[in-house]
Amino acid sequence: MSRPLTSLPNPIRPAFDKGTSEGSVIVNIGPSHPATHGTIQIVAELSGERVVRTDVHCGYLHRGFEKECESHTWHNLIPYVDRLNYCSALINDFAYCEAVEKLMGIEITPRCRYLRTLLSEYSRIADHLTCIAAALMELGAMTAFLYLVTIRDYIYEHIADLTGARVTYSFGRIGGLARDLPEGWLKRLEEILDQMDTFTGRVHGLVDRNRIFIDRMRDVGVIGTAEAVNWGFTGPILRSTGAPRDLRKDTPYLAYAELDFEVPVGIKGDNYDRYYVRMREIDESTHMIRQVIDKLQPGPISVDDRRCTLPEKHLVYTEIESLINHFKLIMEGPQVPPGEVYSAHEGANGELGFYLVSVGGGVPWKVHCRSPSFVHVGGVHKMLDGYQLADIVPTFGSINMIGGECDR
Amino acid sequence: MGAEVFEQVRTALATQAREAVVAHGILALTIEPASLGEVARQLKGTFGFDMFLDVTAVDWPERDPRFDVVHHFYSTQHRVRVRVKTRVPESDPTVETLVPLYGSARYMERECHEMYGIVFRGNGDLRPILLYEGFVGHPLRKDYPKQHEQPLVPYRESK
Repeated sequence: MSRPLTSLPNPIRPAFDKGTSEGSVIVNIGPSHPATHGTIQIVAELSGERVVRTDVHCGYLHRGFEKECESHTWHNLIPYVDRLNYCSALINDFAYCEAVEKLMGIEITPRCRYLRTLLSEYSRIADHLTCIAAALMELGAMTAFLYLVTIRDYIYEHIADLTGARVTYSFGRIGGLARDLPEGWLKRLEEILDQMDTFTGRVHGLVDRNRIFIDRMRDVGVIGTAEAVNWGFTGPILRSTGAPRDLRKDTPYLAYAELDFEVPVGIKGDNYDRYYVRMREIDESTHMIRQVIDKLQPGPISVDDRRCTLPEKHLVYTEIESLINHFKLIMEGPQVPPGEVYSAHEGANGELGFYLVSVGGGVPWKVHCRSPSFVHVGGVHKMLDGYQLADIVPTFGSINMIGGECDR
Repeated sequence: MGAEVFEQVRTALATQAREAVVAHGILALTIEPASLGEVARQLKGTFGFDMFLDVTAVDWPERDPRFDVVHHFYSTQHRVRVRVKTRVPESDPTVETLVPLYGSARYMERECHEMYGIVFRGNGDLRPILLYEGFVGHPLRKDYPKQHEQPLVPYRESK
């Protein structure tokens, strides 16, 4: 039996539904479109193939992250923050944990600090590889895509050896990490980094001076520094405009103050620069990881603080104090003193900030995530308007909008 | 470097700020809603806080005025952040928009508006952004039940 087709209400109200000039048309791109990785809807006014203006809508992946956070313990949120930017989930973990640690006045152990730095950079590499691979594939560069995702898959498998999961790791802990490195993990890390150098070298060879690539990327989606700052752009997009703004240098956290690295910048702020800045950042991250490996010393990975660190399992089973401690931490959550904090890390896409408000007790009063993707989507029309319809695809790819953190 | 700027801001805004403390590396100013626009103009124009990071609200249902509207600013020159907090009542949750000063305020004020019902005076585009057109209520208010459902597409009846 067939049911009558009923028209569903439109979930969005476009900013315009009429063209500004005779002959222009309004086109809906998305929310489900093969070239927009992530559910995003772009309402565009086209004059021929030229984009006159755009109205960008996000929110199709909204799942009430901030509301949900208000009814779980501080520790229980770690799997949720993982799912914000699922391409570099570890950076989210560590940014969130550090915000809570600031509220609790906890200083993490040196080994934990180095491991978090190492894993953040490793995640950044995976995120940049994903972004560049997808952007290149959309331009038809299938070989480059396969080279990059091959390495990304090595990284995913390798992080799975450590955390037990390929994408959403839940590996951070307030005051430390879930577990220490397994046997032989660093050796495999060196192998992967060496292979990656080879593969990214091939990608440079394939596309850097490729006529088609340059024609599609050069002078497309151009944005200047002042405009980028005005629209709140951070991360590789801001750096592609020539501004060496990087939180790892500007407000050093974790072990970044001890590391030697450069902040790569672009010249014009076009798609090509964003591609190149990301490629160079992969090199810098590799350089940082190698330095961290040299600095890594044995030691505890979690602070010895009964307010947040779970007691060892064998103690839980044998002494009553540890059993109670374990029970309290699981059932009531870590007791975070009242206060508020804003703490930001340099995520793969830009400034990833957490604004937390605690009224004391084991459950947050408010958790707000300042996600780079949401801010970037808010200003992306500046990079789309005035270019060709086909340019939307590479420009949008170079933003690396991640639905999970954009829509929360 | 940060401490110097903080001191200058604190001195310059002493009349507007009810409270100015440095906590966790951020200067937190508490001001009256009416002076938000002026404070933001000074922060941007005089002290180089050129990046609008974030705006959100905090709901305190037991308190009057009920909401804190929390703005964060960053200075790419001094590399420090400032938090500006204003309190607005439930009956008139209005603050001035900062869109003329910062483009990035546009999206974030829309989000804060739909989630908390804060009205940004002068922002003509407060359409829903993460929620959909026709959504009733403000989900991040503490009195909005977490389990409440408002399906856009009606559920099918089970056979």
